[in-house]
Amino acid sequence: MSDGDVLVANHVLDYPYARSVGPVLGAFFTALSEGRIVGVEGSDGAVIVPPTEYDPLTGEDVGELRDVGPGGVVTAWSWQVAPGRKHHLDHPFAWALVRLDGATTAMLHVVDAGDPGAMATGMRVTARFRPPAERRGHVLDLEAFVPEPDGGGR
Amino acid sequence: MSGAEAGTQPVTVLETPIHLDYVFTPGIAQSIFLRGLARGVFLGQRCPTCGKVYIPSRGSCPVDGVATDEVVELPDTGIVTTYCVVNVPFAGQAVEIPYTCAQVLLDGANISFMGLIQEVPADQVRMGMRVEAVWVPPDELGPSLASVKYFRPTGEPDALYESYEEYL
Repeated sequence: MSDGDVLVANHVLDYPYARSVGPVLGAFFTALSEGRIVGVEGSDGAVIVPPTEYDPLTGEDVGELRDVGPGGVVTAWSWQVAPGRKHHLDHPFAWALVRLDGATTAMLHVVDAGDPGAMATGMRVTARFRPPAERRGHVLDLEAFVPEPDGGGR
Repeated sequence: MSGAEAGTQPVTVLETPIHLDYVFTPGIAQSIFLRGLARGVFLGQRCPTCGKVYIPSRGSCPVDGVATDEVVELPDTGIVTTYCVVNVPFAGQAVEIPYTCAQVLLDGANISFMGLIQEVPADQVRMGMRVEAVWVPPDELGPSLASVKYFRPTGEPDALYESYEEYL
């Protein structure tokens, strides 16, 4: 580089954060490590997934944990044509809002559908968990949703 | 509870590391400063209107709004204007605590920049203390403030408060 040029450098910032998850989100992540998905019941009877720590209507503590899924319905999606470096799948996939069976709200996750032609709003999907030995109490213990056979995908 | 495993530990902590990859371009003025560091010299820039010398220069005078085209080589010596003693350990810490981070005003400069103060106990660092830069060995010099290992006391008498109070 000549003296007339400006310098360019790679600059990396790493923040090794760890957060305490508390009783509600802790229950959600614990359930994922056990291959289950849980939500919480709100004051209006809605089952909120992932669970919120406070009732979104009243601000009070939330109610009971509820098991939901593992199947659900895609309510919206978009296609990730090429996975980025930080994505956990090494091939194209869909970002999707999935309303799990028994839930009122939809959660954001991915659908490992192989091809965008296999995706459709309203299609049925089911959770694919990592093998138990690879789970670590993380949202990616649920590795992806996959289309249910004859679940309404195209 | 389908799929529940016996003996699973409750999850209480979630690791959420954040990794940010930037490509940093310091611009023309700071490139001059950084190239100076790679030669083991401090290069600032002087405002043609007010005459103040900025290091590192941003390429223009924040008071007069004019380009600071004149490059000025500054000495390795200056004073501590203000400082803080770091007593708290943190991830990635490179220096043994307690240590001192100071704003160093080089002789001839009109703005201070941050430097590490070493070769003196942290509780003996003081405002107005005369210091000099200690550079890394020549073969380790690079276009980075890492070229300056630290500043150390020169042993000269402290500067008078009035001489640097406008830089606090």
